[in-house]
Amino acid sequence: MDMEAAKLVGAGLAAIGAGMAAIGVGNVFGSFLESALRNPGAADGQQGRLFIGFAAAELLGLLAFVVAMILIFVA
Amino acid sequence: MLGTRSQVAAEAKVDPMHQFTIEPLFGSQNWELAGYNIAFTNSALWMAIAAAVLTVFVAGGMKRELVPGRWQMAVESFTGFIDDMLEANVGKGGRKYVPYIFSLFMFILFANVLGLLPLGLLGVHPFTFTSHFTVTGVLAVLSFAIVLVVGFWKHGLHFFSLFVPHGTPIWLMWLIPVIELISFMVRPFSLALRLFVAMMAGHVLLEVLSSFVIDSANAGPAWGAMIGLPSFILMIAICALEVLVCGIQAYVFALLTSLYINDAENLH
Repeated sequence: MDMEAAKLVGAGLAAIGAGMAAIGVGNVFGSFLESALRNPGAADGQQGRLFIGFAAAELLGLLAFVVAMILIFVA
Repeated sequence: MLGTRSQVAAEAKVDPMHQFTIEPLFGSQNWELAGYNIAFTNSALWMAIAAAVLTVFVAGGMKRELVPGRWQMAVESFTGFIDDMLEANVGKGGRKYVPYIFSLFMFILFANVLGLLPLGLLGVHPFTFTSHFTVTGVLAVLSFAIVLVVGFWKHGLHFFSLFVPHGTPIWLMWLIPVIELISFMVRPFSLALRLFVAMMAGHVLLEVLSSFVIDSANAGPAWGAMIGLPSFILMIAICALEVLVCGIQAYVFALLTSLYINDAENLH
């Protein structure tokens, strides 16, 4: 395979990681809402943890984006 | 048809990374420090603008009126927000970090929002300096340094007990501290990387969508209606999302910094 083509295919494959992170972020907020509706009184106190979970899940998706950008523009 | 289209597309090629180029504005010839050029760049200019806007915003709310007006309420709600966050995450000892976390949060927030303003319509192109790893890296290293200094100042060498959580089985003593050490050392990178990539990704996305709109509109009205219009609507929605991301990333940076400070202040 051509080197340039291989890079672009790799960048495209890295987009799978972004999709996976989307599942993760959805999971974080979905689970939070599910339990927040069961016990609304405790929901406000857990908002910090909600965003920590969101940040951790999102970081991994952003890493996939970094891989794609490095493949396209740097490598 | 196809031939002309690709020709037009080639002419109107939009480079999504061009917006991140750092250009020296003045002083590029002879301003040197230890062999490095220290020209005043567009990045530095927008940092100065963010700091100036932030100073004006906060100074406007510092009149300390007994019945606060709208401006004072806006500033006080921000300081109260940071105050509550530190109180919840660090406890009583967290109050003394309010100035640092507040400056950090507001600076990042203003930088993100300023970079998103549609000033390009007026011919001034805002530069999002938080989309550069050097800038976010320095902010992250600053937070990390505060954690180290506070930790060693307050607890001395006892600070290393951070790497051995309570209840670690004795036969795992060779593994857990190594993992904890790695997760501790990786903090400044993850902190800086998250902010910089989130801002860069959003701006690249907007640029790519705008290139769809421009290229399809150039290719003819049919292409413009079919591809350009949906892209434009999507662009507006992504802009709204980006405003949200600006706030969330600033909040996450401040929140994680306060959590790391909590480790230094109280161990765990």
